[in-house]
Amino acid sequence: MNWVLETVLRRPNFLAFILLFLFGLHIMVADKHLIRKLIGMYLVQTGLMLFFITQGVKTGSTVPILLTSELPVQPAAYANPIPAALMLTAIVVGVATLGVAFALVISIYRQYQTLEEDELVRKMQ
Amino acid sequence: MDLIVTLPLLMLVLLTAAGAVFVKDLIASVLILGAYSFFLALLWAWQGAVDVAFTEAVVGAGLSTVFFLLTLFSVAQKETTRRSYRFSWLLMSGLMMLGLLMVYGAQGLPPVGDPTSPPNVHISPVYLERSFEETRTPNVVTSVIMDYRGFDTLIETTVIFTAGIATSLLLWRHKA
Amino acid sequence: MIQSHDSLVVQTLGRLVIPVIQLYSVYVLFHSQFGPGGGFVGGVLFGASMVLTLLIFGAGHANGLIEQMAFRADGLGLLLFLGVGTLCIFFGELFFDYAALQLPGFDPASRRSFGIVVTQIGVAMDISVVTVLIFFCLSPELEGSWKNELGA
Repeated sequence: MNWVLETVLRRPNFLAFILLFLFGLHIMVADKHLIRKLIGMYLVQTGLMLFFITQGVKTGSTVPILLTSELPVQPAAYANPIPAALMLTAIVVGVATLGVAFALVISIYRQYQTLEEDELVRKMQ
Repeated sequence: MDLIVTLPLLMLVLLTAAGAVFVKDLIASVLILGAYSFFLALLWAWQGAVDVAFTEAVVGAGLSTVFFLLTLFSVAQKETTRRSYRFSWLLMSGLMMLGLLMVYGAQGLPPVGDPTSPPNVHISPVYLERSFEETRTPNVVTSVIMDYRGFDTLIETTVIFTAGIATSLLLWRHKA
Repeated sequence: MIQSHDSLVVQTLGRLVIPVIQLYSVYVLFHSQFGPGGGFVGGVLFGASMVLTLLIFGAGHANGLIEQMAFRADGLGLLLFLGVGTLCIFFGELFFDYAALQLPGFDPASRRSFGIVVTQIGVAMDISVVTVLIFFCLSPELEGSWKNELGA
């Protein structure tokens, strides 16, 4: 059990990522209401973003905006900009996907007048 | 990364995420999800990714809450409070095994905050050093997403455009 | 058809707050190179201010004109982004090499900075229009026929 303590308890961000990811995945699969599934999808997406941004942290570093007063730049003094840039794209794509998912949910409701999964399967047969 | 600030923020994030799911009423659940986005944005701002924190606070806590509430009001009101959850041992054991695999895989991760870890070494010091003299942009995240990695932003703009088209194709109502 | 809010406090505060939000979104967009922000946040803030206007003051007597405009303006930001990239090809360099844009009196580093600003404007336009469009598509139909026959 020593490696469990060493790997996980020294990385609280990673533990939070595991809990958010598994919880969101569980809600996406187990819950029967369509909008709760979308809440689970949102938790999965944001948990993954937390994991990526943790990879870009450097101890004792500041935000990745260069101070132009000290121009020979030491890269160890600034946080890593690349995971932040990737996650910026991921957030906006996530909200676009959420918009299309809501359009699908409203279309399903207009057609079948229910949002529970088992009633939906019964009405579609 | 100071643990005194990070640990309470992480606990608030986990508490609001759990609260957003365990509450019966869907409208309250969506508003707690907005609070979850806000605490997550605070956590990211503390860890140094201010652009991402800004975008998450505006998009997650603002825009997605509005979209959730609009969808809930488009659906008839009686749908929003029923509680529907199916517990299965197979799912629970499968997710536990996935969690143990993730913990086992964490042995290979570099220590947190190490400036010589593999994500911090290969191309990102090059971007940090050359961003001001090549593009006159002190904000390195902007110069990375718009100049050095401009294709990603181009395709992401296409994805947003496609999402707008897809939504209007599904739900466009022709006015009389 | 979205109805306007009938409270005087909300409408007065909306008149005060909405121009401030739009000014802030333009500030964030143009200062994206010197502080946090960028095209994404500027676009979402501008779109959110338009959504707020529609929620507080209603769609008015426009009779679907705003929806038609949002539907037709959908790809303009993407065209601007692609246009800047293609213009760089016409001047002889690679696809997104902003240093090839022929602007008099600028060194190549400032030309790249100018290219970054123009593409940020394109991204912001695209996102703000899509935000308003998704808002219109998702909003509930108050006198629609399918809602009346459910008896909601």
